[in-house]
Amino acid sequence: MSGFFADIMWSDIGLATLDTLVMVSVSLVLTVLIGLPLGLALFLTGPGQAWERRWLNVALSAAVNVMRSLPFIILLIVLIPVTLALVGTSLGVAGAIVPLVAGAAPFFARLAEAALREVDRGTIEAVQALGATTRDLVLRALLPEALPGLVAATTVTAITLVSYTAMAGVVGAGGLGDLAVRYGYQRFQTDVMVVTVALMIVLVQILQMLGDRLVRRLSRR
Amino acid sequence: MIRLEGVHKRFPGAGGAALDGVNLAIARGEVFGIIGRSGAGKSTLVRMINGLERPSAGRVTLDGVDVAALAPADLRALRRRVGMIFQGFGLLSSATAAQNIALPLRIAGTPAREVAARVAELLGMVGLTDHADKYPAQLSGGQKQRVGIARALATRPDVLLCDEATSALDPETTRDVLALIAALNRDLGLTIVLITHEMDVVRQVCGRVAVLHAGKVVESGATVDVVLDPRHAETRSLLAEEGGAPSYRHSFAGEIVRFTARGEAAAGPLISRIARETGTEIAILEGRVGHLGDTPYAQLTLGLSAGNIAAARAALAQAGVIGA
Ligand SMILES: Nc1ncnc2c1ncn2[C@@H]1O[C@H](COP(=O)(O)OP(=O)(O)OP(=O)(O)O)[C@@H](O)[C@H]1O
Ligand SMILES: [Mg+2]
Repeated sequence: MSGFFADIMWSDIGLATLDTLVMVSVSLVLTVLIGLPLGLALFLTGPGQAWERRWLNVALSAAVNVMRSLPFIILLIVLIPVTLALVGTSLGVAGAIVPLVAGAAPFFARLAEAALREVDRGTIEAVQALGATTRDLVLRALLPEALPGLVAATTVTAITLVSYTAMAGVVGAGGLGDLAVRYGYQRFQTDVMVVTVALMIVLVQILQMLGDRLVRRLSRR
Repeated sequence: MIRLEGVHKRFPGAGGAALDGVNLAIARGEVFGIIGRSGAGKSTLVRMINGLERPSAGRVTLDGVDVAALAPADLRALRRRVGMIFQGFGLLSSATAAQNIALPLRIAGTPAREVAARVAELLGMVGLTDHADKYPAQLSGGQKQRVGIARALATRPDVLLCDEATSALDPETTRDVLALIAALNRDLGLTIVLITHEMDVVRQVCGRVAVLHAGKVVESGATVDVVLDPRHAETRSLLAEEGGAPSYRHSFAGEIVRFTARGEAAAGPLISRIARETGTEIAILEGRVGHLGDTPYAQLTLGLSAGNIAAARAALAQAGVIGA
């Protein structure tokens, strides 16, 4: 490398990329673990569904809406005490996980709910007519039927998390966003900013491609 | 076996009642048809038999047990005794034919080895052995409905509910599926409740039928009687609406009579005999000849022209029933 990119510390970029990958994957796993049950609850407690609970549905829905209406940057700051209590630090990769999951889980829950709504009403009813418990219905019908939609939702969420990690960089989370801000913005090293942004674009493309492929393989319609 | 007593159903927010005081008794081992036009309340009615819907008033009982009063676990047990097939099939698109058929067995907690054997047996019964590993999207409508039937029968129910089971199928596939349903009734002694909006489906398989109109049963009885001698205007209009090619009855110059015969009379060369004996020209303008259960019947629109028309009418009236 020479010219424009001559002054870049490539090892820094490598480490930052790794940080971003760790943040995205760890928070994605936690987001799905929390968001999927939440999405199921939103769906099942809804009107006319197997576990209809009017007020629980209203409460869950309102809570999710509140979390989703907070700009992520605000969430990052507001959650600092919570993060400190949970992981002992609000800095670095570990400190970023809590706000990332808090921001992404409600988002994923809504996407999961939408994917579950796509499951054919007649199919759900037919499975209930077979004498299924709600558990049977969820595990043997709803989740398998909604799987392609849930994978698509996971892809969208992963990509959202990539941009969230960049924002988390602003409050010292590490990763590519942090690098872009520290070098590109604060020290006017435009070359670093260009490289980090390019890497994020590549990451997003790869995630989308993998997600789309998986959805295509799973679709049986 | 299945009784509906004064069943009412009103949906919240809906205008009128979906069901308005329905009384029905369906006996063990019969094929009972429920016919009516869209919105008559047919689906609402069958869905009460397996507790997918509860009556607003009245009772639905299965072997004397009030379906709506069952605890959730008992209702699930009842549903394993009552198979149901749907117009839209209701198959899992993410599961193969074999996996779809296995679903009720898995839900019932059947051991895996027994599941495999039972699924193979059911696939054979509905003639889909070669399609076991296909997904619904790879099957024709008739094949999908066969998967639906096999799934409904997996837990060896003694009642089969069919909600417009053939409405999504073409006439030939409909005949195949109805023949399968009739065979299940004959061979397994299954009690079958069959919902339809097509009189021809009733003719093909139902021993008895109830006509549902705006949430009320307006006529019911043996299929032969209801079809050949309809009493209620709704039944007549359902019968009259059955398409068929437009006849040339309107351009016929002469006397037109509707003639219905059943039994012996319908089986013989009745029309040609009357034409010969009375010396009358008789044209058959429209007609349907066949069997309803074991009863042969002929339902004809005849055009009487030259000859002794009065004598021909008298002879017809003696052999069957004549109307305008
Ligand atoms: N879940 C529901 N909520 C409100 N109204 C309903 C509901 N289900 C059915 N209805 C109403 O009840 C009436 C009877 O409906 P039902 O589905 O039983 O008719 P159907 O005879 O099966 O008609 P189709 O031949 O079109 O299937 C209709 O007026 C319908 O709009
Ligand atoms: Mg219906």
